[in-house]
Amino acid sequence: MVKVDSDMTDHTRYETVIGLEVHLQLNTRTKTFCGCSIKFGAEPNTQVCPVCLGLPGSLPVFNREVLNSGIKVALSLGCDIQKTMKFDRKNYYYPDLPKNYQISQYDQPLSGRGKIGIKLEDGTRKEIGITRVHIEEDAGKLLHSETDSYSLVDLNRTGTPLLEIVSEPDMRSPYEAYEYLVKLKQVLKYLDVSDCNMEEGSLRCDANISIRKRGAREFGKKVEIKNMNSFKAVREGLLFEEERQREELEEGRELTQETRLWDEDKRVTVSMRSKEASHDYRYFPEPDLVPFEISADLVDGIRRAMPEGPEEKKIRFAAEYGMGEKDIEVLTAEKDIADLFEGAAGLSGDRTGACNWVKGEVMMHLKERETDVKGLKLSPGNLAQVIKLAGEGKISNLVAKEVLRESIDTGRDPYSIVKDKGLEQVSNADALGEIVSKVIRENERSVSDFRKGKDAALGFLVGQVMKLSGGKANPKVAGELLRKALT
Amino acid sequence: MKDTLNGIANYRKWLNAQKRAFSDIASDIAENAAKVNDSVHSFISVDKDEILLKAGNVEKSGHSGALYGVPVAVKDNICIKDVLTTCASRILEGFRPPYNATVIEKLEKAGALVIGRANMDEFAFGSSCETSCYGPTRNPWDISRVPGGSSGGAAAAVAAGQVVASLGSDTGGSIRQPGALCGIVALKPTYGRVSRYGLIAFASSLDQIGPMTRNVEDSAKLLEIIAGHDPKDSTSVDIEVPNYSKELGGGIEGLTIGIPGEYFIEGIAKDVLLRVKEAMEVYRKLGARIVDISLPHTKYALSCYYIIAPAEASSNLARYEGVHYGRRAKANDLIDMYIKSRNEGFGPEVKRRVILGTYVLSSGYYDAFYLKAQKVRTKIKEDFDAAFKKCDIILTPTSPTTAFKIGERMDDPLSMYLSDVFTIPANLAGLPAISIPCGLDGSGLPVGLQLMGKPFGEATLFKAAYAHEKNNIN
Amino acid sequence: MDNPKNEITNEIVEYAARLARLSLSEKEVAVFKVQLGGILNYVSQLNEIDTSNTPPTSHAIPSLLNVFREDVPVKSLPREEALKNAPDESDGFFRVPRVI
Repeated sequence: MVKVDSDMTDHTRYETVIGLEVHLQLNTRTKTFCGCSIKFGAEPNTQVCPVCLGLPGSLPVFNREVLNSGIKVALSLGCDIQKTMKFDRKNYYYPDLPKNYQISQYDQPLSGRGKIGIKLEDGTRKEIGITRVHIEEDAGKLLHSETDSYSLVDLNRTGTPLLEIVSEPDMRSPYEAYEYLVKLKQVLKYLDVSDCNMEEGSLRCDANISIRKRGAREFGKKVEIKNMNSFKAVREGLLFEEERQREELEEGRELTQETRLWDEDKRVTVSMRSKEASHDYRYFPEPDLVPFEISADLVDGIRRAMPEGPEEKKIRFAAEYGMGEKDIEVLTAEKDIADLFEGAAGLSGDRTGACNWVKGEVMMHLKERETDVKGLKLSPGNLAQVIKLAGEGKISNLVAKEVLRESIDTGRDPYSIVKDKGLEQVSNADALGEIVSKVIRENERSVSDFRKGKDAALGFLVGQVMKLSGGKANPKVAGELLRKALT
Repeated sequence: MKDTLNGIANYRKWLNAQKRAFSDIASDIAENAAKVNDSVHSFISVDKDEILLKAGNVEKSGHSGALYGVPVAVKDNICIKDVLTTCASRILEGFRPPYNATVIEKLEKAGALVIGRANMDEFAFGSSCETSCYGPTRNPWDISRVPGGSSGGAAAAVAAGQVVASLGSDTGGSIRQPGALCGIVALKPTYGRVSRYGLIAFASSLDQIGPMTRNVEDSAKLLEIIAGHDPKDSTSVDIEVPNYSKELGGGIEGLTIGIPGEYFIEGIAKDVLLRVKEAMEVYRKLGARIVDISLPHTKYALSCYYIIAPAEASSNLARYEGVHYGRRAKANDLIDMYIKSRNEGFGPEVKRRVILGTYVLSSGYYDAFYLKAQKVRTKIKEDFDAAFKKCDIILTPTSPTTAFKIGERMDDPLSMYLSDVFTIPANLAGLPAISIPCGLDGSGLPVGLQLMGKPFGEATLFKAAYAHEKNNIN
Repeated sequence: MDNPKNEITNEIVEYAARLARLSLSEKEVAVFKVQLGGILNYVSQLNEIDTSNTPPTSHAIPSLLNVFREDVPVKSLPREEALKNAPDESDGFFRVPRVI
């Protein structure tokens, strides 16, 4: 294990340099170069054809939607879309790569440079450069069993469209790398071109990390870290590796340029020694695909049709709703959250209510259920009904929370739930009179406390009324009735 | 049977006169093919059951197809669904594609009797049909000689009267050179004219499928059927397919034929040169204008080709390692399995080209070899662009010599490669080119005349070739 | 691989063979070295041509651009067909010796 450094000098003597390579699986209907479906979870080797099986004689044809999605992503990262792009073959052997070359892009990728901004620990902003975005095809899946002397190959995933988003080596700490990844995911999720799920592999991240003496111009020996399958793993893997490299240097050892794997269980990186002497991918232009000219018209059309990004949305929310920065952060964290808020606010006509319900109860349910907005059966309309019912005092806040829970569970609309269960708040003095009398009868001590001038005792009595009414009593009316009866 | 199968028109006349079921006729065709195969070995094997099975489909398809009942041999590198397709390589032993090449779909739709397994150089790497793992094909004109290659089996099957026509593939001359050596008409269409979907790739940027036939008319007819845009092949061009047959008859007065000095070099057999000059005379008499042109980068074409083709091939052949199909060697771990399967599965010429291709793409050499060759390829193309401003077609010999003896060039790859020196430029430039018979040499072996055309200028080639065929004294 | 003189050595033949997943006997290495050396010596004639202002040609029909298919699913192969040619399979998977 890496020892925790108490001495700060070690940390300040070295500077960490990190660059990330993110692979994003696109959610098109079909594969990059053939018409096979890419739906998740099919039986092994049932979404394959001569093309993605790499059968002799088969040929690739490029999926138009992959280009469109790629352009969206590149634009959202502020990248220059290239006028001409082409595909190249990257040659290497692996059993999940049936052609033993991957169709990728080498020297004429989809896009050139871009950037995204992250917020540092001290609150300042920093821009992280994007080197390029390029299109490539995914490999299949290889299953190893511990006991067997065989591996199994499933080619359903082969040919699934991927975008590789390469950052500049602009990050100076694992924290920055983590923030970059979070921000990148937020931007990408807004576009709805990928599930962006690290655990399921639709978003994958490899990191290059090196350290150097502070002030040095040259980069240190670069280590590539793979197999980090969650955001947490990226942060932990990089923290470990940063510390490991520092120790190596401190102890006078040389670092080697290598690829290391993050071992999630042991929480260490392990050197990956491969039989391959060196990586010599022998890239050359893919002769089976023609070059692509990306017209300004196409790019403009896509740009115009692009959904609003998180940064634009923040600016608009501040201007339109006059909200505080904290509320805006929560409401724009994901596009679906923002949409739910705006939808509910519009339909209920109660912007403040919508804001409070989304950042309170809705966020609580997301966390509790470990899901996203799509995983809740909550339409903006149903949320608006809850907001209206509670806001107009038709149901108590307590009941409203229960109604929301039920609506999320079942998808039913809150008006019907309230009606069927008779949950309307009781504000009628006649209807509450009996309960109030009963509470006064059964709580002599509090009644006398109140009469002695202890105002707080009234709160307890109101609570009792609420309890006996099953939460339906209007607490304000109950308080008034109690006060009237006791004075 | 040999004369019966001499061209579509003869065959159709004979077929129409037959008063028996097509399956009986197919059975005769299969038997004849098998008998001839004993000496020529144009087919890796003749599978009578397979032929009868296909004949059943032909019968069901009705008589209306343009190629109804016409037996067409298919080179062993064009995928036919459920039929062994091996590129004459051990590594693909037992491989039965689960799909048809687009050209097979088209042939069958036209009613052709498709017969697979025409022998070839392993993976089309060769100019003599000797590198087939199933043994060489022999030239029907002289069985001690090679038929040329790589589509040697497809050429020999037509010349020997086993089939009426065949489909070959041409990457550096693999249709035209065996066509010349076997005395038949052999066309490499413009790159992109015919779909490559289902053609097992050798060098993807050069490969084209084309017809090999007894006469020009059949060549035109076959091209009409197999050509056209295919959404499954990104490099197939969406240009309408002309009615080539219709345009054959017209005169060629005023046609300008370019003669590139660079092709008439030392090393051309004397008789080949004589026959080609006679062909020029034929054209001159028919009213064509013969002009000298220059293609200054011709001498670099072979070098260019022997970098580009092996480079692409090294990548195209990476998929053969025994994981998903084909031969798998016994091994304990995966890398061992890869290496053993490939070592056992590939012959020496394949290994040689794969290593060469891997080398020229490898880190540090790409610019010096591959990129350089691609740039010279541009120069070669530009030569043709300039030449076609002065002429309509270009006339050259197809190959410097007639058929050579089996075994003669096997130990010297470079001398073998030189037999493609006149055919390679058309592949590099993507141009259509046809080889037609233009007489025999002193030993009675056929000489081939090559005509090269502008991109998508097949109609002009057919017209010129047809005029020669009708007026040739040889 | 470092080889400033473009000389074909045993190591180069072996390196290329290794990349191509081939293993050659000593004899094969010796033969290939001579043959590849001959071919590469021959192709070195390309250096005579000045190509400094010449773009490379990787496609024979340079005007052919932007060839797409639409994002519409097409029926995949039945699994039996996909696995029909597999040298080894198990439970619907291709099976290979363990990857180390």
